[in-house]
Amino acid sequence: MPQLMNPPSSSRIKVRPATEREGRKDYISIRDYGFWYGQKKALDAISLDIPERQVVAFIGPSGCGKSTLLRNLNRMNDLVDGVRHEGEITINGRSIYDPGLEVISLRRRVGMVFQKSNPFPKSIFENVVYALRVVGVRDRAVLEEACETSLRKAALWDEVKDRLNDSALGLSGGQMQRLCIARAIANRPEILLMDEPCSALDPIATGKIEELIHELKDQFTIVIVTHSMQQAARVSDRTAFFYLGKQIEYDTTEKIFMNPSQAQTEAYISGRFG
Amino acid sequence: MASSSDSSTPRGEAWVWFSGLGLIIGLGMVIGLLSLVVLNGVTVFWAPQVPVATVDDGRTIIGQLAQRRVRAGSLASEPRYELQYQVGLRELNGNSYVWVDEAKIKSESFPADILGLERVENGPAFVRPQSLRKSDGKLIPVTDLAFEDAFQVEVAAATNIREKLVEITRHRIGDVNSEMDKARVALRRAEDLKLAAEVAALRRQIAGLEERFASLQAEAKAVVDRGAVASLVSRDASGREVVVPLTQVIRAWFPNRLDTWGRIKLFISRLGEFVFDEPREANTEGGLMPAIFGTLVMTVFMSLMVTPFGVITAIYLREYAQQGSVLRIVRISVNNLAGVPSIVFGVFGLGFFVYVLGGSIDRFFFADQLKYNNNTPVFGTGGLLWCSLTLALMTLPVVIVATEEALAAVPRGMREASLATGASKWQTIRDILLPASAPGILTGVILAMARGAGEVAPLMLVGVVKLAPTLPLDGAAPFLHMDRKFMHLGFHVYDLGFQSPDSDAARPMVFATTLLLICLVVCLNIGAIWIRNRLRARFKGASF
Ligand SMILES: Nc1ncnc2c1ncn2[C@@H]1O[C@H](COP(=O)(O)OP(=O)(O)OP(=O)(O)O)[C@@H](O)[C@H]1O
Ligand SMILES: [Mg+2]
Repeated sequence: MPQLMNPPSSSRIKVRPATEREGRKDYISIRDYGFWYGQKKALDAISLDIPERQVVAFIGPSGCGKSTLLRNLNRMNDLVDGVRHEGEITINGRSIYDPGLEVISLRRRVGMVFQKSNPFPKSIFENVVYALRVVGVRDRAVLEEACETSLRKAALWDEVKDRLNDSALGLSGGQMQRLCIARAIANRPEILLMDEPCSALDPIATGKIEELIHELKDQFTIVIVTHSMQQAARVSDRTAFFYLGKQIEYDTTEKIFMNPSQAQTEAYISGRFG
Repeated sequence: MASSSDSSTPRGEAWVWFSGLGLIIGLGMVIGLLSLVVLNGVTVFWAPQVPVATVDDGRTIIGQLAQRRVRAGSLASEPRYELQYQVGLRELNGNSYVWVDEAKIKSESFPADILGLERVENGPAFVRPQSLRKSDGKLIPVTDLAFEDAFQVEVAAATNIREKLVEITRHRIGDVNSEMDKARVALRRAEDLKLAAEVAALRRQIAGLEERFASLQAEAKAVVDRGAVASLVSRDASGREVVVPLTQVIRAWFPNRLDTWGRIKLFISRLGEFVFDEPREANTEGGLMPAIFGTLVMTVFMSLMVTPFGVITAIYLREYAQQGSVLRIVRISVNNLAGVPSIVFGVFGLGFFVYVLGGSIDRFFFADQLKYNNNTPVFGTGGLLWCSLTLALMTLPVVIVATEEALAAVPRGMREASLATGASKWQTIRDILLPASAPGILTGVILAMARGAGEVAPLMLVGVVKLAPTLPLDGAAPFLHMDRKFMHLGFHVYDLGFQSPDSDAARPMVFATTLLLICLVVCLNIGAIWIRNRLRARFKGASF
């Protein structure tokens, strides 16, 4: 394992104390979950509970299955050919694989922000209200109201309020990512999944988005995948560490960063491997 | 081969030269073909000077130089040329063109009094005018100063009369005739079904129409009688007297007197006639308006039909069908469809569209028409609809392949983003994938259009004709007549070049028509490309 020049000790990372709030402790519950891409097993025996209205961070070295798990929470991986799963995921007590539950309605409740910002080649306005259009909202007033609230929540309103009808493709990278967040929260999902939302952004934009996560936490349950230990420490209440498709440790962020119980976790967050 | 692998000579160099050579050959052929067509096509309308040539054998020729070529049998080292003159006056000479050995021409001069005439019948004429017999019977000799003005006035008057006649005989009498045909069919039906009231009404209608027909004929005769006596008396090259009634004259010019501006005006006037008028003289003269219009309408309908079919098929193949070996076979078949000779599509169109589909349409919807109109089919014969469908079928693979490629090129992120917001698959296709792939789809449509507009062989079987009496679009309900036969530029080229009785007269028209067809395809393509670029502009700045 290559040693870093100045290994960031776990004590150097500032951890926010976990906020205690009411809500189901096992709002999202993953039980003995395994997942295959064809013959390749990408996830193995994952079991963790995500409490309501908290931020949970997934960390781990590249290829350990963070995105795979995240994408299974809204069944985006159904789009891949030849996938298979075992075990169970429930949201608010109901299995997401329940045949009576339509994938579409699941995805309307579980919003997603991708690593690469992916705005539609439409106007800023149309991007934000897309989720509402999809469910058939026509009323202009409702759409405008939703557009403004979401853009405000995504801390983008002031920058774009004068050019809502311009193409979204004319925004900067950071603005695009915040637009994607606005789009994901426009139809008020219950859960927000974020797959490395800041990996392409500069520190200022990253700061804005972290700020945003703090604010959104009041209303949404957030699961975030990140490669930045600092970010995980700053924004999350709980952290799960994965390695080679296995869940190594899952606990409060404070515990994981201050006093991990597994040697692998300790090694990873102090930068000794991964 | 160690020496060659570590040698420092750039081994790719030869291939660079080869590909450059290929490019030059390809470009050369394209440019050569285009300039041949453009040069020959444009010069058709230009009026050059017309010489009087005396030949060794005593002949005198007045005519416009048409071609110069090496005589058959002459030595390559000392070639001997022969010239082809368009002398016109087909009714006297039997042929508009004569060949003369260049060496045998004794003298050549360009006298100012030579007159060129374009005539309604018997093609052009080059003559030396003697006198003008005006409609009031007075004779004005060419030496009189008033000759030229009087000539212009009389030609204008005669043209007026001719146009009035055409209006009456072709259009108004034609309308009465077609109404009469309809009424007769209805009458036969009414008589057969013993509908007494209707029979009486129709008889009255037919009587009225017959009256109108008679009065129109009388009107036409009156027009002819009133004017139309003015004529031009002139002599041809060998001194024979030629009398041309001025109603026969479409255009008259003094080729050796015109200044450049006059020639340009003549050029524009001829070009205008070519583009906006109807053909005359077995299509070798006059304009191509019906053919241009037919080609345009057919191509537009073909595009309107092939686009939805192709796009829907491609969406199914790419987005819904189970990817596997069956799909692979389907794809290969679609691609191979593009290689099937077009005449095969024509045969299919005739067998399936015309006979099966058209026949059934006639049986179900036009049964009366068939029964009471001597079994004259309506849709059960070639027509605009079947031509468009046949070509749509032929160009389908192009659109399918282009659409599939365009759909595949939409970034995955966009698709996932839409699905992740809870859009259904169909909503994603409709709102995200189709708009994003529209430029690519349009590229396919452009290719299809270019191929369809230039196609001839299958059309000959399913509805293109040499001369169509009516346009597919006119003022009579239902305005657009998809069942009508129509004229087509591509077929026109073939017909002029290979089926025309007077191949010398047709030759320049072949080039002009080809040029027009190329221009039309270019215009259609420019239009489509313009739309595509506007669509592309909407996606500019996309950074995926
Ligand atoms: N569509 C796919 N088909 C097959 N294998 C896949 C697919 N997507 C991911 N995998 C494999 O599954 C494993 C987990 O991938 P995943 O994308 O979840 O990793 P990750 O933890 O998100 O990594 P990173 O931090 O680099 O994004 C990897 O070994 C990867 O090769
Ligand atoms: Mg990932």
